[in-house]
Formats: sequence, C-alpha cells, structure tokens
Amino acid sequence: MKRREFLGHAGAFGTMGLAGGLSVPALLSGAGRAYAAGDDIPVGLLFSLTGAVAVVEHTLHDAALMAIDEINAAGGVHGKQLRAIVEDPASDPATYSDRARRLMIRDKCVSVFGSYTSASRQAVLPVTEQRENLYWYPTLYEGRECSRNVMYGGAVPNQQQDILLPWLVENFGKRIYMIGNNYVYPKEENNYCRILLNELGGEVLHEEYVPLGHSDFSSVINRIRAQEPDVIFSTLVGDSDVAFARQYRAAELDPEKMPVCSLTRSEVEVKAIGGDAAAGHFSSAPYFMSNDTPENQRFVENYKSRYGADSVTHFVSEAAYFQVYQFKAALEKLDPANLSPTAIRDAAVGMSMMAPQGEILIDPNLHTHLWPKVGQWQSDGQAKVILQSEGRITPKPYAAYPGQDCTGDGLVKS
Amino acid sequence: MDVVFNQAFAGLSIASILLIIALGLAIIYGTMGVINLAHGEFVMLGAYATWALQTYAGLGVVTALPLVFVAVAAVGWIIEKVIVQRLYTRPLDTILATWGIGIILQQAVRLGVGADSRFVSGPHWLSGNIEIGALVMSNYRLFVIAFSIMVLGATWLLMTRTEFGMKLRAVIQNRGISECYGIEAKNVYSVTFAYGAGLAGIAGALITPLFSTIPTMGTGLVVDAFLVVIVGGLGSLMGTAAAALLIGEVTALFSIVINDTLGRIAVLAGIILLIRFRPRGLFPSDIRH
Repeated sequence: MKRREFLGHAGAFGTMGLAGGLSVPALLSGAGRAYAAGDDIPVGLLFSLTGAVAVVEHTLHDAALMAIDEINAAGGVHGKQLRAIVEDPASDPATYSDRARRLMIRDKCVSVFGSYTSASRQAVLPVTEQRENLYWYPTLYEGRECSRNVMYGGAVPNQQQDILLPWLVENFGKRIYMIGNNYVYPKEENNYCRILLNELGGEVLHEEYVPLGHSDFSSVINRIRAQEPDVIFSTLVGDSDVAFARQYRAAELDPEKMPVCSLTRSEVEVKAIGGDAAAGHFSSAPYFMSNDTPENQRFVENYKSRYGADSVTHFVSEAAYFQVYQFKAALEKLDPANLSPTAIRDAAVGMSMMAPQGEILIDPNLHTHLWPKVGQWQSDGQAKVILQSEGRITPKPYAAYPGQDCTGDGLVKS
Repeated sequence: MDVVFNQAFAGLSIASILLIIALGLAIIYGTMGVINLAHGEFVMLGAYATWALQTYAGLGVVTALPLVFVAVAAVGWIIEKVIVQRLYTRPLDTILATWGIGIILQQAVRLGVGADSRFVSGPHWLSGNIEIGALVMSNYRLFVIAFSIMVLGATWLLMTRTEFGMKLRAVIQNRGISECYGIEAKNVYSVTFAYGAGLAGIAGALITPLFSTIPTMGTGLVVDAFLVVIVGGLGSLMGTAAAALLIGEVTALFSIVINDTLGRIAVLAGIILLIRFRPRGLFPSDIRH
C-alpha cells in the first residue's frame, strides 16, 4: 500500500515536472495551447468500476460514455473526436484524488466527469481548483458548496423540496417523520425540510438517523406505527433504503395512509425493492425513466439497446448523460485552437439545452436549473409523474443559510 | 404499552435472525476452534442461491431452502477439504485464510452475477400480519422465528442423539484418543464444517426477502454472528441461543429508547463489559481444549 502510494505520487510529480517544463512556452503563446493540441479532445471519466459505490457509478460511467460515443458518431466537435480516458478510482477517495491528478496533469484533459458521493467529489476538489480544471459532477447533493471549478448537474435541497413539501402537507398532512442514514446529506436535507415546515405550519414528529448499511428496521417501523405520522420523509440510501422498503411492506403499512416520500429512491433501488413493495410510495427528483419527452425516449432507447433491455436509467445517470452534451455545446462556442477548462466553464454559463427531463440551464453559480417532479412508484417499477414544477427551479445551494449565497463570483456573505 | 409488546416482538425477530446466522458459526468456531471469517460470505451465497433458484427455476424461498442448504454445504465441504483442513494445527492462519476465501467469494459473485442489489420476493402465503390487540406480528418474521427454533432443535438432536454427534463430541474432547478408537476425525470435521456452512446458507435464504441482496451483505452479518457466539460461550448451543435472544432484545430496547445509531454503540459497550466479567461468555462449556 505504502509502496504503491509512493509510486503513484512519484509518477504524479514526474508528470508535473514535465507539465511545468511545457508551461513556459505555453505562457508565452497563450494559455490554452497546452490543451487539446492534438487531433482529438481528451476528456476524463472518473467513475468507480470496482468497490462499494461501483453499483451506482457504473451506470453513470455507462451513460457518460454513451453520450461521448454518440457525439463522436455524429462527427465530434469542430471535426475533432472526443477521446474518453477512463480511470477507475475503486471507490476510494484517496484514489480519486490521485487519478484526477493523472487525468488533469498527465493526460491534459480539458474536463473530467466523475463521482457519485460527496466524499469523492471533495477529494477531487483541491486538485481541480489548483490546476484550474473543470469537474462535472452529476449527482444530487446537500448543497453548501460553491466551487468555481465544478459543474453541478444534480439537484440541491431547494430543488428537491420546494415543490414537494407544500404538496405533501396539502395532500397528506402536517405531521412528518424523518428517517435517514447518518451522514451529511440526510442531515442537510432535513435541516432544509424543517425550515420549509416551519413556514407551512408543519410538525416534525421524529427525526432519526441509522448507520449506513443498517438493515433491520423493525424498531423504526414500530415507532412509525405508534406515532402514526402523515408522511415518512426518507433520505435513506442504497441497501438501507431497500431493506426499509421491504420491511415496511412486510409490516403491511399502507402507502395510502402513510406514504414514504424519498429524495434518494430511484429506478435502481426500486428494481431491488421489487415493484410490489415500492408501489404507492413517492420520490422527488428532476428525472424519472418514464418521463415522456422525445429526448428521453431517445436516451432510454439507446441506453437499453446498448446495455440490455432490463437496464434502467435514473436521475443521476440522466445528469451524467446531459452533462457531456452541455460540455459539447460549450466547446462548440469556443475557438478550437484556444480551449481551456476555464474557457469551457465561462462558455457553459447561461447556456440552455434540451435534456431528457426538460430544458435545463446552467446558472452563473455553475449549478443547474432543473425541472423537479414528484413521481409515484407503480408495480412495474416505473414512476408515474403526478406533480411537475411549473417552471425551472433555480439552484440555491445555500438556501438553508441566510446571509450566504453562491454566485458567479463564488460564495458571497452578506 | 403497545410499543413495549411490539418492541419485544421486534427483539425476538432480530434474535431469530441473529440465531440462525450465528448457529453455523457456533458449530464451526465453538466445536472446531476455526475462526471462520468467510461465514458472512456463506450467508451471502445462500441469498444468491435463493435468488438464482427463484429467477431461473421459479422456486419460492421456502421450497428452495433444502437445495440452498445442500449447495452451500457443498461449497463449505470443498473449502474445508482444500484449505481449512491443512490449517487445523495453525489456528491463527485459518483467520487469514478464511478472510481471503471471503474476499474471493465476494469478488466472484460481484464479477459473475453483478454488483447491483438483487430482488427476491418473499413467499405470498406468508405475507400479512397477525394482530393481537395492538400487537402486530409479521407472518414472515414469525416464520423465521419458528424456523430458527426448529434448526436449533435439529442441531441439538444431531449433536446429542446421533452417532455422528457422539463422534463429533469425542473428537472435540480429545482428537488423538478418538482416532485411536477408529473415528475418522478428518471426515467428522469436514462434515461439521459443511453443516455449519449449510446453516449459513439457510440463514441467507431466510433473510433475503427482508434485506438487500448484494455481494457485501455478509460483512456486517459476520460481526453480529461473532458477537453472539462470544457472548454465548464457546461450544454451547444453548449459550448461543440465549445470547441471540439477549442481544436481540437489548438491541430492540436501546433502539426504541435512544436510537439505532447510539443503540448499536450501547450494545457493543455492554458486550465489552460483559466479557470483562465473564471472559468465557454466558454459558461456557466445560470441554477442555
């Protein structure tokens, strides 16, 4: 381990030396010269293909790679092909940072696409900011971050909850039971949920966190049975969510009386839960596989024909897919001789395009304006959209923190 | 008051799952002295075998149980013959070897079947609840409780009322002398290891309808199983059962009084205290090792 780490760092330093040598003429002849000087445009794909988070990240990798291949098949950008350089960070944050360094320094990628967890994004952040590169992050996350070098494609708390909470309170009632895994994302979401509930006159009956991977929910279910909340507001992830949903069903709690509304349950989890147990419950997300737009039909069709008829697309893989197209559109606005990550970022700001979920827009704060929806799961494993926001919702990563705002100039405190 | 009864049932349900997972381990660890870190992976194999039987042969969880038992027992038998048998004189090395086997099994399933969670549907005739006043008991959980008591009984009969059990107890007490009396200690150990693995397989099959079936599912379970075996005392079946019940009920109690995260910490702290004062567990057997 130590030896491998040492070799890894030595390699990184070696290429850094090389990059330093090249950067002298690059400085003289214009900053972008070092990037994409060859016949193709190198882009990095940094999704774990092995290890614990590979289950989800593999689907993100697949979606991003499919977008790259589609763009190349259609002739590339400015006549140049996108060259995907794939690294496998093996679900380990330290390896993410190491591989990101490799992609950004040795391979001179103009952008890197990657990460599912916040932990891995934060591991990549220092490298990305130091090298002034651009990291495209497709996942919904807890907000409270405002890097000028990350393009955030997923929803932040206000985009998941602003339309959801009033609807929940109106249709089911004001008494909410919060259950989540014990880490930062559920806590930030619940924090924002409490703010909204305060305005709506709602009440939090109980707020509870279980360890990641926790799998026996009999106590939680007993407590839910005793307290009889109107809605269960869930931020359980992965296996915990699957186990909870199955035991909820085995306990015969009725989704019509006490629905579970999840911010994290997608088609992937529902496939493991089983359509019967998931049916009747709700998820809030900007994208569902069943979304009825021509863009989505094309996306789902291509995805299935490429990865198998039983594969599913979900709200993170959709973002992994459309972010590659956002990247392409930004490249098209630039002079091919003068590409650089920061130029791509500046070109991307304010750009709108049709994604499978609807027409999205990149905010000056580098987060994405999205189309939040609430879907009700059906027994065939698909969600039926029953509530759709009337317009795009603006990303506010600091919505729960008055006096702080993420803007085009970075984080502003007032 | 309703919560008390419901929570007591929840504790019983947790205990039954702990018992059925720990029983196989108690036999392998308690009687043979092999610290089998691959036990969780046997549970995982059982879950995947159930998934395969359901998906490809259309068998329900309960019908699949005997087949799963045989399949996982066969895997255990092969592993004992090929690896564990060579390490009986080196107990510390078995830890490393079985840990490695666990990783290999986990990766093999991940590469062969895939890393994503698999869906196994529970038996329809066991869906629903029995309600007695405010006490609500899930039929499937009742079934798991009954089944684990049955397996405990069967194992006890096997150990005390059969010729094989007598041979096994003889080998445990003194391997050398038993061999002098013509007992093939090697075979007895192989069969015992296979039986323990088979029980783990059954545990895997029984928990799939409630939990998520993924390659890493065994990692957390093996820790729980070891806790039960250590608290119960080595080599004691009844100790294992008592420990499972104790840990299950205490877990249920703490998770309702505090919460699941702190409850888990409290249970572990309690176990540390307990083995401080009873280092050989609740019911240590008087077998000399």
